[in-house]
Amino acid sequence: MSFGLSHVELPEGAATREAFGAALAEAGVDERIVVVDGDVNNSTFTNHFMDRYPERFFNAGIAEANMVGIAAGLAAAGKIPVAATFSTFLMSNAFDQIRMSVAFPNLNVKLVGSHAGISIGEDGPSQMAIEDIALACALPGFTVIVPADATSAKAATVAMLEREGPTFLRCGRPKVPVIYKEGADFELGRANQLRDGDDVTIIANGIMVCMALDAAEALSKEGVEARVVDMHTVKPIDTAAIESAANETRGIVVAEEHLAYGGLGSTVAMVVAEKRPVRMAFVNVGDTFATSGKPDELLVQYGLTPAAILDAARRVLKD
Amino acid sequence: MPESHKEDVTDLEARARRIRSHIVRATTAAASGHPSSSLSLVELVTVLYFGGVLRYDPNDPQNPDRDRFILSKGHAAPGLYAVLAEAGYFPVDQLTDLRKLGSPLEGHPNMCRLPGVEASTGSLGQGLSIGIGHALAIRLDGRNARVYVVVGDGESEEGQVWEAAMYAGNQGLDNLTVIVDRNGYQQTDAVDRVQALDPLDGKFEAFGFATKVIDGHSLEEVAAAYQWAHGVEGKPQAIIANTIKGKGVALLEAKQGGWHGKPIPADEEAKALEEIGAGA
Repeated sequence: MSFGLSHVELPEGAATREAFGAALAEAGVDERIVVVDGDVNNSTFTNHFMDRYPERFFNAGIAEANMVGIAAGLAAAGKIPVAATFSTFLMSNAFDQIRMSVAFPNLNVKLVGSHAGISIGEDGPSQMAIEDIALACALPGFTVIVPADATSAKAATVAMLEREGPTFLRCGRPKVPVIYKEGADFELGRANQLRDGDDVTIIANGIMVCMALDAAEALSKEGVEARVVDMHTVKPIDTAAIESAANETRGIVVAEEHLAYGGLGSTVAMVVAEKRPVRMAFVNVGDTFATSGKPDELLVQYGLTPAAILDAARRVLKD
Repeated sequence: MPESHKEDVTDLEARARRIRSHIVRATTAAASGHPSSSLSLVELVTVLYFGGVLRYDPNDPQNPDRDRFILSKGHAAPGLYAVLAEAGYFPVDQLTDLRKLGSPLEGHPNMCRLPGVEASTGSLGQGLSIGIGHALAIRLDGRNARVYVVVGDGESEEGQVWEAAMYAGNQGLDNLTVIVDRNGYQQTDAVDRVQALDPLDGKFEAFGFATKVIDGHSLEEVAAAYQWAHGVEGKPQAIIANTIKGKGVALLEAKQGGWHGKPIPADEEAKALEEIGAGA
């Protein structure tokens, strides 16, 4: 399968949050779509929607609990509300409202968390969502999406709006390399295999996908062919893609910009344990908060690098 | 089209007595639940559904032109279920299935399982925000439907209530009415000993609401308050309804502070029903 890989340097792509904002503004021709903002529209880029459709844009201010409740009411009244703010303030601050007012009644609310992960950089750990995937996946009925680049973030935004039901879309702050060509296949719940390989599988999402591709290139030079899978939808997880990887390769590395507990790694491991146990290794933030620093410095400091994925693959293939 | 239902005072009094007896019977049959928190809001919901206020249609519960009633203090579910059954959303004899396995009359309201329930509540503080979402959608669609949200006084300790109040005030949501069932007691103590709320009307006023303080057990005052709310332009309205926790049952009224979340024992039920006077 080909997705037109063009693995470019980091500053050349747009941030996934920018792609979300652009796609949302385009989707706004559908009058059912309304936006509820936590006063960060110039950070989440919902300001493009606001400029075009001011009457359907509601800035709830710095009050995430109320923001989510308003979105729930709008959904119950037939609208398609998109509630967007920094991921940590959305998922951590308003978790009870998301659980009770959105998930339990299974309302058609779209939650978008930007500035996820440690790659936000200098603002530091208070602003870094590193547990948001675990929280979102813990909600019955939720679909949870972590796109890898601008192209797939646009496709994910469209898919999220078309899907009926509560959905969490996680976006990042920094610019990321472009991986997908416009028009590439993107289906919620179906992983994209970006590179073929029969020795080891690297399953990644978000910013870690481009690093997985880098690591695979390096492994190839060692004579190891790595399969790279973009698991953009963490929930519902693509069980078939994981089962194939477990059957057809010798082990699985999971790479994500999230804590060790409750994220993509845990979810993949659950499937592997049940379907076909194989060696696994995990690349993630571990069990710690990060610090302030430049995004690339932090990624190195906390072991989210192609080199870390490479090491993990070697561990999996050992013995 | 959803319509309001206006009954005369004699019929309203009879409705209120029936709703009270439903609350007692259902919670006693369940051997759990919150009768005292439900009994305090009986006149508030009776007038809403039968005093010519709320426009609704039990045969078309999702009609976009309906008025919405959101019970934010979800533990008063027996009161909500009683009025919904009286209004014809489901048979009255289902009320004693309260809290039983398989019944849609869950311990706290679940909008996915019971028609007429506009919001799933039970984690306190969330109903007003949901009501704002409805009110915004109604305004956006150019409909003239209205939204009524009952919150508890104890519930008003939740910060989200005030996040919501600030937003509703700033938006000038005049199609939104908050009714505070001020029964004075929360789980462990009097509200004013846990978190003094006064001036409660002043607080809502400061957040941009038009306010009115009433006797929440006077059918006349409750009806007048809804009529007043309807006439307010440019502001959301807050009706502070002073009520009595457990109103209508001597045992509960006497132990207001010490009877939260407890049903009337089976051997006291007949006496309670006699005091309510709903008849057989």
